[in-house]
Amino acid sequence: MGSYQIMTGNEACAKAAIACGMRFFAGYPITPATEISEICSELLPQVDGVFMQMEDELSSIGAVIGASCAGKKAMTATSGPGFSLMQENLGWAYINEIPCVIVDVMRKGPSGGSATLPAQADIMQTKWGTHGDHPNLVIMPNSVEEIYTETIRAFNLSEKYRQPVILLYDAILAHMSEKIYVPFLDEINVIDRPLPEGSKKDYLPFRYTDSKVQPLAPFGQGYHLHFSGLTHDETGFPISNQDLTGLQITLGHLMAKIDDEYDAHIKKYESYMLEDADIIVVSVGITSRSAKTAVRRARDMGIKAGLFRPITMWPFPHHDFSQINLVCKAVVTAEMNIGQLNQVVTEDIDRNQKLVMKNLYDGNPIRDVDILNSIIEANKYEQ
Amino acid sequence: MNNDIYTKYLALDKMPTMWCPGCGNGIVLQSILRAVDELNVDRDKVVFVSGIGCSSRAVNYLDFDCMHTNHGRAIAFATGLKMANPDLHVIVLTGDGDCASIGGNHLIHACRRNIDLTIICMNNSNYGMTGGQYSPTTPIGSQTKTSVYGSYEPPFDLCKLTESAGATYVARAATYYPLQMKELIRKALQHHGLSFVDCASDCPSLFGRLNRLGDAGQMMLRWKDRLVSIQKAQSLSEEELENKVVWGEFVNKDNRKEYCDIYAENIAKAKEAANG
Repeated sequence: MGSYQIMTGNEACAKAAIACGMRFFAGYPITPATEISEICSELLPQVDGVFMQMEDELSSIGAVIGASCAGKKAMTATSGPGFSLMQENLGWAYINEIPCVIVDVMRKGPSGGSATLPAQADIMQTKWGTHGDHPNLVIMPNSVEEIYTETIRAFNLSEKYRQPVILLYDAILAHMSEKIYVPFLDEINVIDRPLPEGSKKDYLPFRYTDSKVQPLAPFGQGYHLHFSGLTHDETGFPISNQDLTGLQITLGHLMAKIDDEYDAHIKKYESYMLEDADIIVVSVGITSRSAKTAVRRARDMGIKAGLFRPITMWPFPHHDFSQINLVCKAVVTAEMNIGQLNQVVTEDIDRNQKLVMKNLYDGNPIRDVDILNSIIEANKYEQ
Repeated sequence: MNNDIYTKYLALDKMPTMWCPGCGNGIVLQSILRAVDELNVDRDKVVFVSGIGCSSRAVNYLDFDCMHTNHGRAIAFATGLKMANPDLHVIVLTGDGDCASIGGNHLIHACRRNIDLTIICMNNSNYGMTGGQYSPTTPIGSQTKTSVYGSYEPPFDLCKLTESAGATYVARAATYYPLQMKELIRKALQHHGLSFVDCASDCPSLFGRLNRLGDAGQMMLRWKDRLVSIQKAQSLSEEELENKVVWGEFVNKDNRKEYCDIYAENIAKAKEAANG
């Protein structure tokens, strides 16, 4: 049995990462993510881990990828401006299938924006931030306890699928304190990356014949690994422009390794009072907590409302959501941006279903009463 | 001797290289491999990390653990790799644009930390892979694709830059003196702390052609008059040193702690604090 403790979201993130084996952290100070660096700088050396304050975010994620190639579980944490700087190296990690966890604590943008104010405006950036096509694994927790458990899941997914995973939450969750259950280490289910077996000489760092994840050998053990940001074959060496089929095969594998496992092991969402819902509120992260209260208050008023909350934000559970919303008459999206989640949900609803947007982007959280008003508005709609 | 090194360390099935005839990169790479061979280290612990550019393509012909990273970022990746496993000998292969322009910040901070990396810069005074634009080491007045009226930006002296940033081994070698280049690189590899070797090299296809410097052989001969050893430079006036390239070992000192060693002390302090 573990213990109940009061801590902030950033503290929960740092402590969960160390609890599940993260031993390398590199970061650059940025509000509202800095506490993760501060805690890692104190705790990591106590367990023979490495903390590095790098010269910028470009090098922070670069060092994280380098450390992961040496076999360490590695993480960096930042906010929007720093996350923008990380995009190029993040692409390198995608194409080379390097496990690592990137925490983006969202603050109000664009640009410098308002450093201490929350937002949910990086949802699309976590999907399309780096140039070129690539798969995504993005997780959006909505409480301090969920930050703890989802940080561990982020590492497990990352190690299992040789894939960078982004943990996405906002400035409120980062700094709010809540009572959470902190498990004993032996209660935590920890997944480590599969290591290769068999002859080192025959080992290939990549596998493009099917969707299976190729075991990842660490540097320095005689495998003579080759990693390149250029499109490469299974040996890791760049392929020539005369062999264009390779490009299609590489990307096909990257997408398939996530898609094939999605339903069984990756997708995760919360359904609340959806069984008979006429109105479905879709919301993520901190806003989903106001949304849940709004749904309860709507039920008290006799309105059949429910909440659909993706926890694995990307890939979005399009199939499940389009089944869930078959009989509802309206969908309400509530989010702290100009409509990023709304854009995703639009793909899954019918032409005769009403879509109501509740957006706030002034740096304030969305109140339950505002979402309730949107539910009431949606309920007036006659199909 | 040479052939042994080729079969031992090169990925021969990746030949021919993409480098143009007369390119200096081959001489630098050969010097590195000879130096590594003389060190008698466990080659499985030797890792090459590179960025983007003609220089960085070198890793694509090597049979070692290799990481071909993003433009300018090799030192950042190498820093994480070294800190995660200090037993590795991490060698960064880079170019003048890669390490002194887009990656300049990582270069000076790696020097400041004095982390045990060996950074070898193949300095050909221009961006070769993109077709011959001016770089941060292009001499003033040079013709390049982006300085058609003559380059007007003052260049960096990379040895002075890295020395003042804190590197504890700094040398300049030249493709004109390949044996001395091998020696300087060997000493850089043996050095405990950040070592930087600026390898003066030629790009006959672009810099040479645009500045009408003749073919690769003629460009090589130009070095004969321009290269001045550190020893000889001491007896020359500033006017006499104008347009000369001083080569040799500028810095070789052990008066600063190496970063991995410093971090080990930090771990000891943290454990003491946690237990006390």
